[in-house]
Amino acid sequence: MNDNTRTGWLFVAPAVVIMLVACLYPVLSAVHLGFYEWSMGTPWSEAKWAGWTSFQIAFTEPSVWRSLWTTLKFAAVSVSAEMVLGIALALALESNLRGMAFFRSLFILPMMVAPIAVGLTWRYMFDAQFGLINAVLVALGFAAKGWLAEESLAFAAIIIADIWQWTPFVFIMVVAGLANVDSSVLEAARIDGARWWTVTTRVKLPMIAHVLAITLVMRLIDAFRVLEVIYVLTFGGPGESTEVLSLHIYKTAFIGQKLGAASAISVLLLVVVMVLTWLALRMSNPMRDNEGDR
Amino acid sequence: MTLPLAGLLRYGALSLLGVLCIGPIAVMVLTSFKTQAQTFTTGLSFFFLPTLENYRDVLFDASFGRYLVNSLIVGVVATLITLLLGCMAAYGMARFSFAGRKALAYTTLMLRTVPLAVIAVPVFMIWSDWKLTNSLLGLILLYVAVNLPFTIWLLYGFVLQVPVELEEAAAIDGCRPWKVFLRIVLPLIRPGLAAAAIFTFRIAWNEFILALVLTDRSTRTLPVAASLYVTDLGVEWGKLMALATLIAMPPLIFTFLAARQVISGLTAGAVKG
Repeated sequence: MNDNTRTGWLFVAPAVVIMLVACLYPVLSAVHLGFYEWSMGTPWSEAKWAGWTSFQIAFTEPSVWRSLWTTLKFAAVSVSAEMVLGIALALALESNLRGMAFFRSLFILPMMVAPIAVGLTWRYMFDAQFGLINAVLVALGFAAKGWLAEESLAFAAIIIADIWQWTPFVFIMVVAGLANVDSSVLEAARIDGARWWTVTTRVKLPMIAHVLAITLVMRLIDAFRVLEVIYVLTFGGPGESTEVLSLHIYKTAFIGQKLGAASAISVLLLVVVMVLTWLALRMSNPMRDNEGDR
Repeated sequence: MTLPLAGLLRYGALSLLGVLCIGPIAVMVLTSFKTQAQTFTTGLSFFFLPTLENYRDVLFDASFGRYLVNSLIVGVVATLITLLLGCMAAYGMARFSFAGRKALAYTTLMLRTVPLAVIAVPVFMIWSDWKLTNSLLGLILLYVAVNLPFTIWLLYGFVLQVPVELEEAAAIDGCRPWKVFLRIVLPLIRPGLAAAAIFTFRIAWNEFILALVLTDRSTRTLPVAASLYVTDLGVEWGKLMALATLIAMPPLIFTFLAARQVISGLTAGAVKG
């Protein structure tokens, strides 16, 4: 490593300036704004210092708790489904099949589709009268359902769309992790007479536990940040059944026009996500000092 | 070791998964070629006479050209700036020790996951103050800032894999740090740059919540226009799907073409190699 401090700073300075101005400063402002009572459209000089009031109101407001609960449910259900499905599929299908690269390039497509397109497409597919989902249900002999009109079904709909988009991510991560497992260890276990199930649960999974943990935390972080697909698919409805925290913040600020209150709720979301991120970095910090670990 | 049957089953299962992944994308594309009447029949109709009517309506809409140009400017410029600043910062952090390096690395990584909803409100206020709302510059600045943390993280790993000996040899030959960076390091981290470019372009091209808040009629990007059409067009699914297809395609094509780089970007940090 080079000790030329000035050159080092010159290399990082432009990026640092932009991140400070357009990312860190807004984040800190969100915290600061939480202490003010301020309506949209009025000048900042008319904002009133409100102390902890916004936070107190935010934390006693039933709609905030409801959207926090919705977010928790969403994260718990969608992430656990994605983890179970992704791990199971990866274990069943991982191997050096010819053409695996092609399938992997298909699997990464859902997560790269624009959220606006994901939301619109699923909205069309969940349509009660002419949607594909109901058409398939009817063809299989089930009754058509009013997907986006009923609270529990709308919640299921946002989960299904998320599972479609992100299960492949878990799959890709687990396959990449398994590819790094030393095959001689697996061979040794097999020679000792271990069956597939034993090899999988006692050898393979423990050896990629680290990858699994990071994948889990990364999915959780994204699940708590979720906004755009739900914005298009349900806009939080019907009622407030799919109004996750990010959407609640957006609505409070830009529809309710209460910027201070929205910032107070932002701090809540920020704390949750930052704790998870800190956890992820404890497990794998890609920028820890690079001496010693190469 | 693998029986032919087992192999066949695997291919069957993989193909089924492939179909599930592509299914909704195919529905979107197919619907974009349907007439208004056809979109209101049932979802299971795959055979129909395709029409270009929706694309004609969308492409010849008076404002489409402007939104497209806005989207292209924002996507391309934000990606180029992010790559340039990102690889410089990654190199600086990987190869130089300086005061505050550790704190900088940690802050960068923490910023990577900031929810966009959290910064929407303060950015709206700050940008209004700085007269950056309703300008493409304001949007570009924001997309560069939110993409830099991930780009630096990703490229840092690639820089570490460049053999230090190469750089030292060049330095002994009299190359200044800038030349070492441009001549030795940049060409060797090209796969990383490709991955970073796709991930950054994807966000800058697709994002619409911040863009919705920060743009007006003349600076709107395509996804914002699409999100507004939802209410304007009501249930004109053919047109909506044509617009969605046009928005979704560029990142999908890049991703498919550079799948290896994208996968290395996705797994960076968690998986070695």
